[in-house]
Amino acid sequence: MGIFFSFSVVVALTVIAFAGVWIPGMQYFFGVVIPYLAVLVFLVGVVLKVAKWGRSPVPFRIPTTCGQQQSLPWIKHSKYDNPQTTGQVIIRMVLEVFLFRSLFRNLRTEMNDGRVTYGSDKILWLAGLLFHISFFIVLIRHLRFFIEPVPSFINMIDALDGFVQVGVPHLLLTGVLLVAAGGYLLFRRINNSQVRHISLPADYFPLLLIIGIALSGIIMRYFVKVDIVSVKAFTLGLVSLRPRTPAGIGAIFYIHLFLISALLVYFPFSKLMHMGGVFLSPTRNLANNNREVRHVNPWNYDVKVHSYAAYEDEFREKMKEAGIPVEKE
Amino acid sequence: MAKETTPEELVNVDYEAPKKDWTETPVEFREGMYCYGSRPVYLQEVGFPNPREWSPADEDWKLPENWKEIVLTAMEERLSKYRSFRVFMDICVRCGACADKCHFYIGSGDPKNMPVLRAELIRSIYRKYFTIGGKLLGKRAGARELTEDVIKEWWYYFYQCTECRRCSVFCPYGIDQAEITMIGREILNLLGLQTDWIGGPVANCYKKGNHLGLEPHAITSNIEYLLDDIEEITGITIEPSFNRKGAEILFVTPSGDLFGDPGTYTAMGYLMLLHELGLDYTWSTYASEGGNFGFFTSMEMAKRLNYKIYAEAKRLGVKWILGGECGHMWRVLNQYMDTWNGPADFMEEPVSPITGTKFENAKSTKMVHICEFTADLIKHNKLKFDPSRNDHLNVTFHDSCNTARGMGIFDEPRFIIKNVCNNFFEMSSDATREKTFCCGSGSGLNAGENIELRMRGGMPRGHAVKRVQEKYGVNMLANICAIDRAVLPPLMDYWAPGVDVCGTHELLANALVMKGEIKRTQDLRLEDLPGVEDDDDDDDNNEEGGE
Amino acid sequence: MYNGGKIIFGLIIFLAIVTFPFYSNLGGSAKKAMPSLDTPEIYALATKECVRSGEYMKKEHMKVLDEWRDEVVREGKREKISVGGTELEKSLQNGCMHCHSNKEQFCTECHKYAGIDPYCWDCHFDRGEGRL
Repeated sequence: MGIFFSFSVVVALTVIAFAGVWIPGMQYFFGVVIPYLAVLVFLVGVVLKVAKWGRSPVPFRIPTTCGQQQSLPWIKHSKYDNPQTTGQVIIRMVLEVFLFRSLFRNLRTEMNDGRVTYGSDKILWLAGLLFHISFFIVLIRHLRFFIEPVPSFINMIDALDGFVQVGVPHLLLTGVLLVAAGGYLLFRRINNSQVRHISLPADYFPLLLIIGIALSGIIMRYFVKVDIVSVKAFTLGLVSLRPRTPAGIGAIFYIHLFLISALLVYFPFSKLMHMGGVFLSPTRNLANNNREVRHVNPWNYDVKVHSYAAYEDEFREKMKEAGIPVEKE
Repeated sequence: MAKETTPEELVNVDYEAPKKDWTETPVEFREGMYCYGSRPVYLQEVGFPNPREWSPADEDWKLPENWKEIVLTAMEERLSKYRSFRVFMDICVRCGACADKCHFYIGSGDPKNMPVLRAELIRSIYRKYFTIGGKLLGKRAGARELTEDVIKEWWYYFYQCTECRRCSVFCPYGIDQAEITMIGREILNLLGLQTDWIGGPVANCYKKGNHLGLEPHAITSNIEYLLDDIEEITGITIEPSFNRKGAEILFVTPSGDLFGDPGTYTAMGYLMLLHELGLDYTWSTYASEGGNFGFFTSMEMAKRLNYKIYAEAKRLGVKWILGGECGHMWRVLNQYMDTWNGPADFMEEPVSPITGTKFENAKSTKMVHICEFTADLIKHNKLKFDPSRNDHLNVTFHDSCNTARGMGIFDEPRFIIKNVCNNFFEMSSDATREKTFCCGSGSGLNAGENIELRMRGGMPRGHAVKRVQEKYGVNMLANICAIDRAVLPPLMDYWAPGVDVCGTHELLANALVMKGEIKRTQDLRLEDLPGVEDDDDDDDNNEEGGE
Repeated sequence: MYNGGKIIFGLIIFLAIVTFPFYSNLGGSAKKAMPSLDTPEIYALATKECVRSGEYMKKEHMKVLDEWRDEVVREGKREKISVGGTELEKSLQNGCMHCHSNKEQFCTECHKYAGIDPYCWDCHFDRGEGRL
C-alpha cells in the first residue's frame, strides 16, 4: 500500500509541474517562487530540527563499543571501534559517515538444516554507499549551474564522471549509478519480505522522488534537451537574488526543478534528517572513556536511597551475631 | 515448554514476514513468552506507582485512570531529557540492517522482534502525538493512536528485548534498541507494569543490599560454605573480612555468585585469588550487589540501587573498588555509575598493590574489573599456574552482551583463560566479541515462566556452541557474567547437551598453585581431577559435586 | 552534556556549504553567455541560416556533429551540405567553422559558461590555431 501511495504522490507532483507551466504566469511561480520557498524551508527546517535535537542533552555516555577497550597498555586497543579519545571518535565518525562502517558489518542470517547461519551480505552496504556517493557527486557537478566562471575542479569531476566517453553529450556515470542504486534499494524494499513489512510510505516516497529527480535530469540531458545556456542564466539569476522568469526552457526542466523543490521541503520533516542525525548519535559520537573522565548529566537529581544507617538499624543484631562490625553498638 | 517442545521443533522458524500490515496484527500473549506481572508488595517497597494484583493474561490491566496522559507526559519528558531518544525517534530509515540481528527475532521469527519494528511500536506513537506529519497524515505517516492494546504490545515486546545492543552494532546510525527498550520500560513502570522477576530483586536489593535478599548473616554464612569447600580442596584456610573499615579495596560482585552453582565456584575463585595475593580488601554486606536490576526498570531506580557502592566505599574509607565478573553490572559501572553517583573524589586512582600498575582507564570511576586486575597480575608473572588441571576441559568463551557492547572487555578474559587452560577454542566470529549473541535471558528475563522465550532467544548462542562442541569437543562454556552462569546451563542442556558453564575465575582458581596448598585431587566443583591419584581415596564427593 | 558549541559549529559548516552558491554570487552580474555570430563569413552569406534552425542547434548541435562524424568517417557519405546557398563540406572544421570562424566567441563562449569540455578539440583544431 505504501508504495502505491508514494508513487501516486510523485506522479502527481510531476503532473502538477508539467501542467502548471502551461498556465500563463505560472512559470514565475514554478521557476522562482517555489524554489526560493523550498530552499528557505529546507535551511530553516534543518537548522530548527538540529537545534531541537541539541536542546535535549546527552545525559549518559553510551557509546556502542565494537572492539577492545583501552585498558592495560599491552592489550591491543581497537581505537576506531572503541575510541578512547576525541581524535579516535572523529576517525570513527569519518569511517561511519563516509564509508558506512557499521553497514559494512552486515550479515544475512538464515536457517539452514536446523542451524542458524550467517552469510556475508555487503550488497546493502554497496548499494547504499553508491547511492549516497553518486548523489553527492551529482550535486557537486550541478555547481556548474551556480558558479560563473565554472571552477576547474568541477570540470575535472565532470571529465572523470564521463571518462567512458560514450555518446553525446557524454554519459555521466554517477547519474546512471544513482538510478541503479536507488532502483536496487527500491527493489530490495519490495522484494525482501522483512524490509517490505517494516516499510512505510515515508520510505518509498523519498526514494521514488530521488529516482524521479535523477530520471528527469537524465531525460533532460540526453533525450528531451533544453537550452543549457538559458538554464544557467536562470539558475545564476536565482542564486544571485536577481531572479528572472525562465524563458524558452522546456517543461522537463520545470518537472526536475519542482521535484527537487519537493525534496527540499520534505527533507527536514522526514527520515532524510539522518544526514544530520548520524553526527548526533550518542552511541557513535562519544568516547568510551567513562571510567577515565566523569560525564556530567545536566539534569542529575537527588534520589531517595536506602542509607547504610537504615540498613544497620534493621540488621544490627544479625550483623553482630555474624561478627560483622557495626557503627552503633 | 522446554520439556514438551524439542530443539528440532523449535528451529522451525519462518523468517518470511506476513503480508498483513503490522499495525493491524493485534498482540497475542503466548504462554512461555512472557513473565508474570509484579506483585504489588515489590512495587510498594520502592515506591513504584500503581501497585495492584494483576496478570498480563487479564483483559483488564487495571491501569491508572489517566494512563494516557501519564504515558504522553512521560514521553515528552524523556524526549527533552535524552538526545538519544529524540534522535532515534527521528532518523531511522528502516533499512532493515538490524532486522535479522536480534536473537529474539532469529529464535522466534516474530516480525515485531525485529529491532526496527520493536522501535516502531513506540515511534508510531511518537509520530502521532509529537510530529506535524503524524498529526496531519495519521496512518500514512506511520502514526497510530495510543490505546491500551498498544500498551500491552509495548509490554510484551519490551520484555522480549534483553537490551543487548547487537542491533546497534549493525545500524548505520547506531540506533540502539536497548535505549528505546529502557525508555519504554521506564514508561511502563509509571503505570505499574513491572514483571515479578524484576520487581522482586529490585525490592530486595533496595532494602537488603542484593537481588537475592541475602541478609548480612546469610552472606557471611554462604561464603563460609564456600570457604569450607576451598579448605577441603586446597587445605588452605581463608578468612575474608566483611564491612571492614580501612581496607585498601572494596570488592563488589553480583550476589548470584554467592548463591547458586556454578556462580559459587566463581566466587570461590575470587576468594582463592585474593587470598593468595594477600590483598587488603573487604566484602560488604550493604553494597553486596554488583548487578543492578533497577537498570531494567528506570534510570532513577538504577541510580538508587547503585548509590550503595560509592556510599559504602566512602564509609569504609577504601582507596578503590574491585568489581567481579558480571555483564549488566559492568555496563552500569562503566557507563552510568560515575555520572549518577560520582564524583568519587574521596578515593584514589586505582593502583594494583601487587604490580604497581596504574589503572589509568579507571582513574575517575575508581572501579577496576577483576579481569583487568588479574590479567595484569598474570602479565607480571605474579601467579603460578598448573593449567593441566583444566586439561579435561575444552573451553570456549561467551562474550556477554553488556561487557562486549557497553564496555569492550574482550581480550582480558581470553588472556586469563589461555594462561590457565591448555585447550581453548573460539566460536565463530559472527557470534563473538562485538557480534556476540545474548544468552537470551538478560535484562531481567531470566524467569521460569518465560522459558520458551529464553530457549528461543538463546538459539543463536546455542547453535554456535553446538558447532564448536562438534568440531573441537568443547565441553565448557566460560563467561564473565553472573546471569550467564545462571541461565546458560539450562540453555546448554537444551541446545548443546554436555557443555557445562563456568566463570573465568573458576578456571583460574582451578589452575592456581597456591602457597601451602595440599596436592589437588578435586576441582572447585569437588569433582575428581582426571588422571590425578587421590591419596585419600574418598570417592563420595563425586556425587555431591553435581547439580 | 549538550555539546552546543559543536552543534552550532556543525550547523555553520552545513549552512556555509549549502548557501555557497548564494553568497559566492553576491553582487555578481548573473550574465548570460551570448555566442557571437559576428564573422565576415556570416556577413557574406546571402541568407543567414544554418543547417537547422537556431533553436534546434542550441540544444542538438552535438547530435548533428555526432551524426556527421559517423556518416563521414564510418559510412563514407561525404556529400556536401548546402547552407544559405553555399556548398560546404560535411565537417566541423571545414563546414561549421567555415562560417563560425570565431571559435572563442562562438563555441567556447557557451561551453565555458556551462562547464562543458567537449572532446571535439582532442582531434580537431581551430582554423586560426594552426597545426600542432
